[in-house]
Amino acid sequence: MNGIVLKTEHLTMQFGGVVAVDDLNIEIPQGHITALIGPNGAGKTTAFNVITGGYMPTNGRVVFHDKVIGENHPRSKMKKIYNGSDRTTFHHQVVNTPDKITRLGMARTFQNIRLFKELSVFENVLIAKHCRIKAGMLSATFRLNHVEERTMREQTQELLKTVGLADLAREKASSLPYGKQRRLEIARALATSPSLLLLDEPAAGMNPKETEELAQFIKDIKDSFNLTVFLIEHHMNLVMDISDKIYVLDYGKTIAMGTPKEVQNDPAVIRAYLGVEDE
Amino acid sequence: MSITTILQHSLTGISLGGAYGLIAIGYTLVYGILRLINFAHGDIFMMAGYFMIFSLASFPWPIAIVVTLLITVLMGIAIERVAYKPLRSSPRMSIMISAIGVSYLLQNLATYLFTAIPRGYPEIPLLKRIFRVGELSASLVTLLTPVLTIVLVVLLMILVNKTKTGMAMRAASKDFETAKLMGININRVITVTFAIGSLLAGIGSILYFTDRMSVTPFSGTLPGLKCFVAAVFGGIGNIPGAVIGGFFIGIVETLLVALGYSTFSDAFTFVLLIVMLLVKPTGLFGEKTMEKV
Amino acid sequence: MRRSRNTVLSVISAGVFLAILYMLNLNRAGNGMLISIMQKSAIFALVAVSMNLLNGFTGLFSLGQAGFMSIGAYTTAILLIPVQSLDGVYYMNGINPGIRALKVFLSALPPWFQSVYPFVALIIGALFAAVIASIVGVAVLRLKSDYLAIATLGLSEIIRALFSSPQLDGITNGSYGLNKIPAFPKMFGGLVPPIITPFIVSAVCITLIVLLIRSSYGRAFMAIREDEIAAEAMGISLFKHKSMSFIISSFFSALAGGMLAMYMRSIEAKTFSITLTYDILLIVVIGGIGSVTGSVLGAFLVTASKEWWLRFFDQPLELFGWDVPLFRTGFRMVIFSILLMMVVLIYRRGLMGTNEFSWDRIFGRFKWKRKKVQGGGS
Repeated sequence: MNGIVLKTEHLTMQFGGVVAVDDLNIEIPQGHITALIGPNGAGKTTAFNVITGGYMPTNGRVVFHDKVIGENHPRSKMKKIYNGSDRTTFHHQVVNTPDKITRLGMARTFQNIRLFKELSVFENVLIAKHCRIKAGMLSATFRLNHVEERTMREQTQELLKTVGLADLAREKASSLPYGKQRRLEIARALATSPSLLLLDEPAAGMNPKETEELAQFIKDIKDSFNLTVFLIEHHMNLVMDISDKIYVLDYGKTIAMGTPKEVQNDPAVIRAYLGVEDE
Repeated sequence: MSITTILQHSLTGISLGGAYGLIAIGYTLVYGILRLINFAHGDIFMMAGYFMIFSLASFPWPIAIVVTLLITVLMGIAIERVAYKPLRSSPRMSIMISAIGVSYLLQNLATYLFTAIPRGYPEIPLLKRIFRVGELSASLVTLLTPVLTIVLVVLLMILVNKTKTGMAMRAASKDFETAKLMGININRVITVTFAIGSLLAGIGSILYFTDRMSVTPFSGTLPGLKCFVAAVFGGIGNIPGAVIGGFFIGIVETLLVALGYSTFSDAFTFVLLIVMLLVKPTGLFGEKTMEKV
Repeated sequence: MRRSRNTVLSVISAGVFLAILYMLNLNRAGNGMLISIMQKSAIFALVAVSMNLLNGFTGLFSLGQAGFMSIGAYTTAILLIPVQSLDGVYYMNGINPGIRALKVFLSALPPWFQSVYPFVALIIGALFAAVIASIVGVAVLRLKSDYLAIATLGLSEIIRALFSSPQLDGITNGSYGLNKIPAFPKMFGGLVPPIITPFIVSAVCITLIVLLIRSSYGRAFMAIREDEIAAEAMGISLFKHKSMSFIISSFFSALAGGMLAMYMRSIEAKTFSITLTYDILLIVVIGGIGSVTGSVLGAFLVTASKEWWLRFFDQPLELFGWDVPLFRTGFRMVIFSILLMMVVLIYRRGLMGTNEFSWDRIFGRFKWKRKKVQGGGS
């Protein structure tokens, strides 16, 4: 129960001369909800993208369930202009595409909802089940996997019921109201059977009541799907309410970490937030 | 192959390359701003060939050239207005299909109006005057093309870099949406872009067809695609790059024909395209862009 | 209940269509043009559906159809030209001795083989194209939207240049092209007369494509069309699925190309120029990008109007002693291009949009105003 699900070691991402994520070291224990917060442009989403394989890190390592899923050290042009604060040398280069990482059991949502807009709610979730399919293309074409197909459909229906979207199953994804789209995106991520769920600003654009519902929802799915959750969020109420541990990022650097209480009272955090508070 | 023949072919190649370069600019400008491969550009070039045939039948050549260029420019602007503007916010696939549709329309229209039989391109005696240096011989048009190309590119660069319109064009190609928000009249910029592109295609057409001597409704397709490749090769959105790409393709193509591989001269362009896209998708002088997740 | 009704209706209409075909077959001489147009439509329907699989369902804008068709057409033609006609066909440059030997060997095989041989040839052509597609796919499929379009278009031109090059004279007969290609064979020992064969082959292939689209893999294709990044985040390997779609599309395009060779009886590299791809794109766009039934309907409508209904546009027309201007050769194609532009600019969804034909929709139109009936779906 207390194993570390995800660990980053000296994770750094540099675009040209800009260091978006600088020496990020996080540990996410099994069954916890961990939050990554920070002002706009602090590098939170970039960190997510590096972890999920969207970008290759400039330096550092990502370990998922004791398996290195991403590792790199400054190379070619970056060698010269690298100015991340840590130079611990890694020797290998491990590259995984996002789809592989998802199949390893890490699912994510996106800050600016990315649903399959023209497809139905049901299809959105059903598609996410595809990554676990056993049948090959030919046997799927000739319907030799009809048992598997039926199971996929039943599980999808089940999942939709769990997240409360069952009665909207036939609707087009883009026709759902905003809050439900967020929920559908989470459901879709859950359909890939992850052990770790990454949520990128799940409460963005929600009113206080919706946010409260969302907090409960995250707690519920965490328990019922036996998940570990890692989220980026701006809504402080939500973060303080559900997180076990919080990391605070500013200009790519980790400026504080700890329990919600500790972070709330950290002078560096207060400075970072009050100094650039413009929301 | 003797030195003279090599020189002779190089000369032809440079001349062809100059015409290609002029057409390639049209692709590179439009792609830079609208992110659209203007499939109809090659057909605008073809239509300019027909316009020249007809205007030369009724006017003396200096006026005929002006008339041809004017009609070509108007056609380019009209095509943008009718076929691309309504689709500006649609998915990229629809606007590309629209471009293909315009190309299809222009080809069929030309077949209908002028028949598919090749039409002789009239000679402008001045351009056809032959110069001889030793064993080398070249018509004026062969010598004029590269010079004119370079002059036009320099003029265009001045326009783009020094004038207000040019600044608006650069802004629009950097960031279309922001440029719009900053109060740049995007429609005007696009119109100017298409006008310049068509004008250069018109000039390129006169130079190209004077050397080839006949026009068919399909003579725009392949040169068009080749010039797009030239634009990609030089780095799409980059004007000197497009011209250098044009020269390169023109020269290699001519040499391949001279060596007896004429069937492969067209294929070469596309091999170049695929290799380029895989090795250096931004082209020789293109800027790198990063896709946002 | 409604489902069984739909099945019955579908079976009946397929039966009626077949019955019409058999009737046409009985009166071949009188219906030559009609039969020929319908055969061409059936072949184009298959290419259009396979193009739609790529463009409409996977969201990969590829313009390489003509190239893959030519691979199928040439392979099938070379395999099928009778041994005794070889010298006549390759009269200029002679045939590659290896190919001749192979063909002589194959022609000595027993009759049961000869009866399936044309289909084997079609499949070999298609497999050949699939192999080529899998090789070039590795390179080309990394490209995004318009670059992919221009690269596939270039690829198609490269293939065409290779086929017409003098270096391959002994195989493709270079710029002379191939002729004396046997026409469609009969199927099932004559149960299906030759005329009907292309319809059966097309129908079977289109059914296979539809089955694929409706499988989990087809849904993954659509996910890629909708949002590549999200699809990848959902564990769908972009490269694997894009290649699959590309290879299968090429396979069926080539198969249709092979049938086109049988239909035309003689082919040359020029047949497979960019214009052919554009013609197919036209069918796909008019039918609706992302609709299989749309592509099939589009193929029949476009081919029929091009070759038949709109023919009169190309004839001089005289009304009440007044020569109507405009009506002469080529006008038909102008009308066509304008129609295409109208679909692209105004009626953007084409005939079917992304919907599929369904009996429920038809009945929904006539019966009481029922709640909006879902078309397609799952």
